[in-house]
Amino acid sequence: MPASPDSDSVFSLVGVTRSFGAVRAVDEVSLEFARGRTTVLIGSSGSGKSTVLRLLLGLEWPDAGEVRCDGAPLQRTRVPSVRRSVGYVIQEGGLFPHLTVLGNLALLPHHLGWNRARIRARALELAELTHLRETQFARFPAELSGGQRQRVALIRALMLDPPTLLLDEPLGALDPLVRHGLQDELRGIFGRLGKTVIMVTHDLAEAAFFSDRLVLMRRGRVVQDGSIEDFRRAPAGDFVREFLAAHRGLPEAPA
Amino acid sequence: MRRWLALLPGLLLPLVGLAPTSVTAATKPVVVIGSKNFTESVVLGEIARLAARGQGVDARHRRSLGGTRILWRALVEGDIDAYPEYTGTITHELLRNLPPGAGVAALRPRLARLGIGITDPLGFNNTYAIGMLESEAAKLHIRDISDLAHHPAVVLAFSNEFMNRADGWPGLEHAYHLPQTARGMDHDLAYRALASGAVDAIDLYSTDANIVHYHVRVLQDDRHYFPHYDAVFLYRLDLKQRAPGFVQALQDLAGTLDAQQMRAMNTAVQIDGASETAVAAQFLGVPAESAGGSDFWSRMGRYTVQHLALVGISLLLAIVLAVPLGIFAARYARLGQAVLGMTGILQTVPSLALFVFMIPVFGIGAKPAIAALFLYSLLPIVRNTHAGLAGIPPPLLESGAALGLPPRVRLWRIELPLALRSILAGVKIAAVINVGTATLGALIGSGGYGQPILTGIRLDSMPLIMEGAIPAALLALVMQGVFELIERALTPRGLRLRAHA
Repeated sequence: MPASPDSDSVFSLVGVTRSFGAVRAVDEVSLEFARGRTTVLIGSSGSGKSTVLRLLLGLEWPDAGEVRCDGAPLQRTRVPSVRRSVGYVIQEGGLFPHLTVLGNLALLPHHLGWNRARIRARALELAELTHLRETQFARFPAELSGGQRQRVALIRALMLDPPTLLLDEPLGALDPLVRHGLQDELRGIFGRLGKTVIMVTHDLAEAAFFSDRLVLMRRGRVVQDGSIEDFRRAPAGDFVREFLAAHRGLPEAPA
Repeated sequence: MRRWLALLPGLLLPLVGLAPTSVTAATKPVVVIGSKNFTESVVLGEIARLAARGQGVDARHRRSLGGTRILWRALVEGDIDAYPEYTGTITHELLRNLPPGAGVAALRPRLARLGIGITDPLGFNNTYAIGMLESEAAKLHIRDISDLAHHPAVVLAFSNEFMNRADGWPGLEHAYHLPQTARGMDHDLAYRALASGAVDAIDLYSTDANIVHYHVRVLQDDRHYFPHYDAVFLYRLDLKQRAPGFVQALQDLAGTLDAQQMRAMNTAVQIDGASETAVAAQFLGVPAESAGGSDFWSRMGRYTVQHLALVGISLLLAIVLAVPLGIFAARYARLGQAVLGMTGILQTVPSLALFVFMIPVFGIGAKPAIAALFLYSLLPIVRNTHAGLAGIPPPLLESGAALGLPPRVRLWRIELPLALRSILAGVKIAAVINVGTATLGALIGSGGYGQPILTGIRLDSMPLIMEGAIPAALLALVMQGVFELIERALTPRGLRLRAHA
């Protein structure tokens, strides 16, 4: 179900192009990200899906077109406030190795003037939600398993209770068993918190598991935007058919 | 993290406190006498100091400061008040457009224009001469300098000062049409090279103790090339107001010291191991003062404090400037290259030259040495700060940015801690290098372990050289160790874990 232009969008791209040298990483892309919904950007590596997330955060700027946040153009002066309204989780978590788990979680709240007790209370609340044990708080990232690191990264992204979450291959570096378990947990958390979620993955099964809106990208362009049913029923060209065929054992009816 | 970083200056700060009391004397003496870096000059300086003491003038002798340029500049700038000099050097090196062989009478008005006074000649002419081992000279039948022209294979080695001065090798080569290519070496090492046969002819001073000791034949200056080098004292004319007794005492020394006496005193110090003070006291017929604080451990303590102050203060100042420069270089790539290039160029300036460059700005003593060491410390710290920041994995930088932390907070809480190891490694390199380079500071009067090394070279005394060289090497090792401890203490545990993983 493609987003209609008049829906209540948190973020939107309007004809955005971003090139690195001769390569058009994002090529005239227009997308709307609806409030309260989960959207999954899917595609193989180099398709431009991560660059879309980075454009939303002001980590990249478009060469042409416009990025909008809450209906207004994203400008440099707005970037800090936009970033704080967004939780961002990347593949390896992006945890700071010199800080403990709690140190990582406290970084931004501390800067915003939260006291220790408030930071700890919020961290504990989120640790419970993500099944991270409090005993891990004093550990350093290097002492954690990959799954634990991603939980910490997610908690860090949620500390300020931002309305939006941007997740860039959040489970990409995990072994299948851990990954499977965390997929269940994450979907439960998204459902409970009612956040706007924009997620990037290269795994079609994972994409279909998380959302009924998939955006398939290839060489910087959007190839198809719709539910997994739309993809199956009316694939937009041979590439979509090949992409579907490459993912055997896809769940028949995504929840 | 900021708390830890604040610890670093805290560790070094006590040194700053030590510096003013240890590097410069607690109370400024009325008169400061300088001497050049050879025995005769030091002996004459001691004679001047004891003569001043005889007049009840509080005098300090900064011995072995270096070459003519350093002493002259220090005198003109007022860092010292008097030093022993030679008329030939004044006519050829210090003043221009004087008739050859100008005497004291001709020099006096010219010097007076610069605010400098000159005593009458002390009584001996210590001119340059060329010498060969007696046996070698006899074998080749070389008697006069002009004979050297017929022996192009004779290897010439001259003191570095002689190589460069107008009345030294360039003029000599021209006057005698000498075919040889001369090489420069330290004057005191030259005798040893001569004795070992590594070189055949060297420049001498005619009052050199070593002439007798090494059985050297002094070649005749048959074309009368070398000018007169009558020993005199130069002094600042303002001394006539500040310490008239001292000026009179210097003048009273005129005509009291012939070449034989001077050579005997040089021999007593250089060959027989007497102290310059004792020799000077004997000449003046005054009791040799008990040299206060000259026992080994108090001397070592003084050198150590001076050396630590040189290294510590210069390092501290360098950290204060170089870390921000490194941050700047990492932030602005293009300007950063310019910063890195500039500090790199500073590093290529020979250390002795850099020390001398600092004299017009900072005078002599610890300050110019600290300034030079400071400049040398910049490169390793700037480079390592830059490398440490540039080496942070981009995803980490981006995570910090994506959190919405302002750049200043990211710098302090994320980037500097992650670069800390590299920065500390740079500081460590600078510290260890500085310990070695600081020994050269003795040449411009900064004290430290270079003092005994310098004296040891001058007196050809291996134990004295070791007295400076061994503690300097040990200090370098200690520095290395201390900085490894600091690094261990300051590196967050999380980073060490990563290193092991």
